[in-house]
Amino acid sequence: MIKVLKAGILTTIQDQGRFGFAAFGVPVSGVMDNKAANLANSILNNKLEEALIEITFGYAEFQFLISTEIAICGADFTPELNHVKIPLNTKIYIQKNDVISFGKTKYGVRAYLAVKSGIKSEKVLKSRSFYKNITSKYQLRKGDIIPIKTFSSINTNTFTSVKINLDYIKKEKLTCFKGPEFDLLSEQNKQLICKQKFTISKENSRMGYRLNEPLNNTIPQILTSAVLPGTVQLTPSGVLIILMKDCQVTGGYPRVLQLSEQAICSLAQKSTNDIIQFNLIN
Amino acid sequence: MKLSKQPSYKSFGEKAILVEWEAIISQENLTKILSFKDQVSKQITGISELIIGYNSLTILYKNVIEDLSNEIDNLKEIYESLTNNKTTKKCTWEIPVCYDKEFGIDLEFIAKRNNLSISTIIELHARSLYTVFFIGFLPGFPYLSGLDEALYVDRKAAPELNIKKGAVAIGGKQTGIYTTNSPGGWHVIGNSPLKFFDASKESPCFINAGDQIKFIAISKEEHQAILLEIESGNFKPKTIVND
Repeated sequence: MIKVLKAGILTTIQDQGRFGFAAFGVPVSGVMDNKAANLANSILNNKLEEALIEITFGYAEFQFLISTEIAICGADFTPELNHVKIPLNTKIYIQKNDVISFGKTKYGVRAYLAVKSGIKSEKVLKSRSFYKNITSKYQLRKGDIIPIKTFSSINTNTFTSVKINLDYIKKEKLTCFKGPEFDLLSEQNKQLICKQKFTISKENSRMGYRLNEPLNNTIPQILTSAVLPGTVQLTPSGVLIILMKDCQVTGGYPRVLQLSEQAICSLAQKSTNDIIQFNLIN
Repeated sequence: MKLSKQPSYKSFGEKAILVEWEAIISQENLTKILSFKDQVSKQITGISELIIGYNSLTILYKNVIEDLSNEIDNLKEIYESLTNNKTTKKCTWEIPVCYDKEFGIDLEFIAKRNNLSISTIIELHARSLYTVFFIGFLPGFPYLSGLDEALYVDRKAAPELNIKKGAVAIGGKQTGIYTTNSPGGWHVIGNSPLKFFDASKESPCFINAGDQIKFIAISKEEHQAILLEIESGNFKPKTIVND
């Protein structure tokens, strides 16, 4: 068991997502940054499907009520084990009553805390990913108890980190493909959307990221059709919205671009006022 | 009977193919989409989701699509061999809606914009028999065809931040029900007390694509009474089974 001592701004449990229920209008959810989450599970030899804790903007604290192994990947929130700084991307042995805390941000927006053999919270519609009105909780609160399995941890920490390339967390360019309605854009907008730099507005969440700079939109609305995480919608007011993991399954705004899976991971590590640029490939 | 000409096939990111029919809301499109979806799910492996739209089917694969044109050829072949056999039974559901101004916060806007009285809006909305095209946008949100043309009204330019659970609304040429509290860009005309989505059930929606819906106008008192019945577990949505 893990006890939440501080929940931070937004801390949730996520796995790869809820598949097979889109026909009932259920969002896929799941980890925002697959790359970081997969690395955390891999370091512990977990299956990639195992659920982890997704921490947004740091300032969370957890007490382990049993021994286990953990790994922290993604954003660097200067994590500490019993008030001693610990590295990211490393297998860390945890003894009963150890406290892991996350503080201020060095880089990134979302960190992943994986535990040996995964978080064992409730499964609803075949997934443990938190989502309002689907799971009983949609964010962790102070005092919550998170079920995990005991794993005897007799080794001592050597803190040998896996070397990873952090470029994807910092890079502005998001690789994307033409969306189904891209060709309806005016020639001017086709060029503008690829050349212009956009800033992320304060309205950014697991559901989607609104961008500050509107285009001069002339495309009509479409008959409601599927949208996916990574779909870039053009609203009637010209504002672009990039949908993320908690997005709805269908929408009526034209889908002008579609982010690559890698670009979704990059965007997941960005927030308000960060700059992005679309890098369109065919 | 053979289905008519092929729809269009487009790549939609690395993992999905978007199949589109003529951009109209029609029973003909729905029948084609449902039978195609049925066969694709039976014949193609490695599919993660099949998402229906009014004139589209999005096929989301578990993995990145390596050979797009080969995959599209497979789909085309399945479409070629489809036949128009209607087999599954569809239901008609009676959905109670309270159109009181307390719930129908955008009735006045539509009345002005479309030059109709509020009572005419309610009468037109409750008169039609609607077909459920698909569930989307929110868990359990049914997309319906059959809205009277006089009630067409463009979606809001910027979405409202909090539309209440049960809100019955109009967006463009469509009408639907907000099944949970949610942001949304449609104009709200009333509220239904029913529970349209239950995550504890393996099949979480009682309404399915292809079913039909009839809205029944109810008073505020009846709305409250049904809410209480649902809370106590004594309410079952009413249906008429179609042929």
